[in-house]
Amino acid sequence: MIKKLAITALLALALPVGGAFAAGSEGHVEDYDFSFEGPFGTYDQAQLQRGLQVYTQVCAACHGLKYVPIRSLQDESGPGYSEAEVRAYAEQNFEVFDEELDDYRPARPTDHFPENNAVGAPDLSLMAKARAGFHGPYGTGINQLVKGMGGAEYIASLLTGYTGEQIEQAGTILYENTAFPGGYISMAPPLYGDDVEYANPDIETTIEQQSKDVAAFLMWTAEPKMMARKQAGFVGVVFLTILSVLLYLTNKRIWKPIKARAKE
Amino acid sequence: MAGIPHDHYEPKSSGEKWLHKRLPIVGLLYDTLMIPTPKNLNWMWIWGIVLTFTLALQIITGITLVMHYTPDADMAFASVEHIMRDVNGGWALRYMHQNGASLFFVAVYAHIFRGLYYGSYKAPREVTWIIGILIYLLMMGTAFMGYVLPWGQMSFWGATVITGLFGAIPFIGETLQTWLLGGPAVGNYTLTRFFSLHYLFPFVIAGLVIVHIWAFHSTGNNNPTGVEVRRGSKAEAEKDTVPFWPYYVIKDLFALAIILAVFFAIVGFMPNYLGHPDNYIEANPLATPAHIVPEWYFLPFYAILRAFTSEVWVVQIASFVTGGIIDAKFFGVLAMFGAIAVMALAPWLDTSSVRSGRYRPQFKWWFALLIVDFFALMWLGAMPAEEPYSSLSLIASAYWFAYFLVILPLLGVIEKPLKRPDTIEADFEAHASATGGTKTEPNVAPAE
Repeated sequence: MIKKLAITALLALALPVGGAFAAGSEGHVEDYDFSFEGPFGTYDQAQLQRGLQVYTQVCAACHGLKYVPIRSLQDESGPGYSEAEVRAYAEQNFEVFDEELDDYRPARPTDHFPENNAVGAPDLSLMAKARAGFHGPYGTGINQLVKGMGGAEYIASLLTGYTGEQIEQAGTILYENTAFPGGYISMAPPLYGDDVEYANPDIETTIEQQSKDVAAFLMWTAEPKMMARKQAGFVGVVFLTILSVLLYLTNKRIWKPIKARAKE
Repeated sequence: MAGIPHDHYEPKSSGEKWLHKRLPIVGLLYDTLMIPTPKNLNWMWIWGIVLTFTLALQIITGITLVMHYTPDADMAFASVEHIMRDVNGGWALRYMHQNGASLFFVAVYAHIFRGLYYGSYKAPREVTWIIGILIYLLMMGTAFMGYVLPWGQMSFWGATVITGLFGAIPFIGETLQTWLLGGPAVGNYTLTRFFSLHYLFPFVIAGLVIVHIWAFHSTGNNNPTGVEVRRGSKAEAEKDTVPFWPYYVIKDLFALAIILAVFFAIVGFMPNYLGHPDNYIEANPLATPAHIVPEWYFLPFYAILRAFTSEVWVVQIASFVTGGIIDAKFFGVLAMFGAIAVMALAPWLDTSSVRSGRYRPQFKWWFALLIVDFFALMWLGAMPAEEPYSSLSLIASAYWFAYFLVILPLLGVIEKPLKRPDTIEADFEAHASATGGTKTEPNVAPAE
């Protein structure tokens, strides 16, 4: 029995060992609390809307979101705007190149957010899944099991991680950042506080608040179906647990005569 | 099926008789499902069903994913995002398929180590074992090529590193690598051929699974005692066995339901935990990721590959003897494939006449160490190639080979096995009456 338990325990160990890892000079990632963490966490719609505002007014100057359809801003589990609001948002903020017109026209909800290669900044559609906040200990990935993958935490830490120091390297100015691997990033500090004006006056527009909001928004752009996924996962686990109990009882019952005969 | 005597299908109605004369397919299914199975199989005998289920899951989700996926270097990454965002339930299909690969390997490693502990590879089941190893190799190929298809950074650079291994083979390496890739470096031509083969291999695996099942249905299952089923008469065989349906079908389904509950928790709550964040960045031939790490199920063998650097004396001797043909890189490749080859040769390397590890007091400890070694290698494969990990990798790799090449052959000679039960029935009765864990310890028997 002990041997069997040991084998099972070792098999269970295989999971954390498999977590994603990296090593070397990692920056410091703050474990910010987000509403979407954990098996029952959901997106905070107001926060996604604020994050969209920060993205549109600050990030969109250099970064694109090419995999995200503008229409998805209507998603119930996303920012949840009305169709008219999304139409107005698309028209006012973005222009896309229309091959039929052979010219630029205001964006429509059916378009994707435009990509933006103006200064070679990476696309942000999947950034929250393309970065991990927590590693270790010793490459085992256990931190990620406890704290989550940490993509959103990484983004928020990066935006708040500027120290104000900068160096010049081969003609490029690099800014010191405590979250960025290697310590120096070529992106100038994008947020200074009060960069946007939130509709809700109770929410402060500090660097940290704006960073968390845009990080939450980018988590949504990376994983728009998260809430459906967790719901399906929960239903699946409950259903399979009930099924296991039924099968356990069935199994016990059919083996009973065989085992009873053996005891005689 | 040959072997254990049991009831066979008898067509009763005229319709059944008509079909049976022309195609005895009902009889084949009946005999397969009703195969006499040792009564005393424990919970490590469930993995076969889990693997069969996972193969079906991967094929079904895979075929559906292909309906929406575009195997083209410029469009593959975007088409995966299309599946994740626009296709109804596409995220579920994709995450199940992605994590299904991990489930597949958890199950196959449990299945393999079960076989290694209970001596399932020994005569007369060598063919079952060899086919199993072939299936495992095909699984590795399929999983590797499947990982390339999303065309992320880790897809691209993983493909570059792994196909580079073939480039290390002397004389033919470069030609072989070009042939595998379809060109001088990983590119669209690589993606299309990997896609094609990733679709083909699972069906080859399915065929081999049938042969695998056929083989062990011919010999009969092994069991935790390693004692064979008595086959003198049907009455005698029935004392040691129960029909597969319903006894093991229900038991296996129960285990499968629990495993799937865990699987759905992972798919639903942490689908990217076992993946790598870099694969959410589109492949870029101009930017190498800081750390190229294979998926967890390749890590033990990846650690063996990297363990043999040019500083290791074995490598230096090999290089000297062969006049430099076997360099460190090629030695690593040989070691990696050798690590699987020695596993395939276990039936002939193990000299012990006792099948089950349960009755081999010394073997137990060496086997436990092999399990620890396997997980150590898995961890080391993920660590950077620097001290102390390099030295540890070397020690762990050495143990892997020592277990198969030295310990298994020697133990059979020096070990005094414990007394085995005379029959499966006796073992089953001992376990059934041992309520509360008062198991009678087997007595030590003289060496055989």
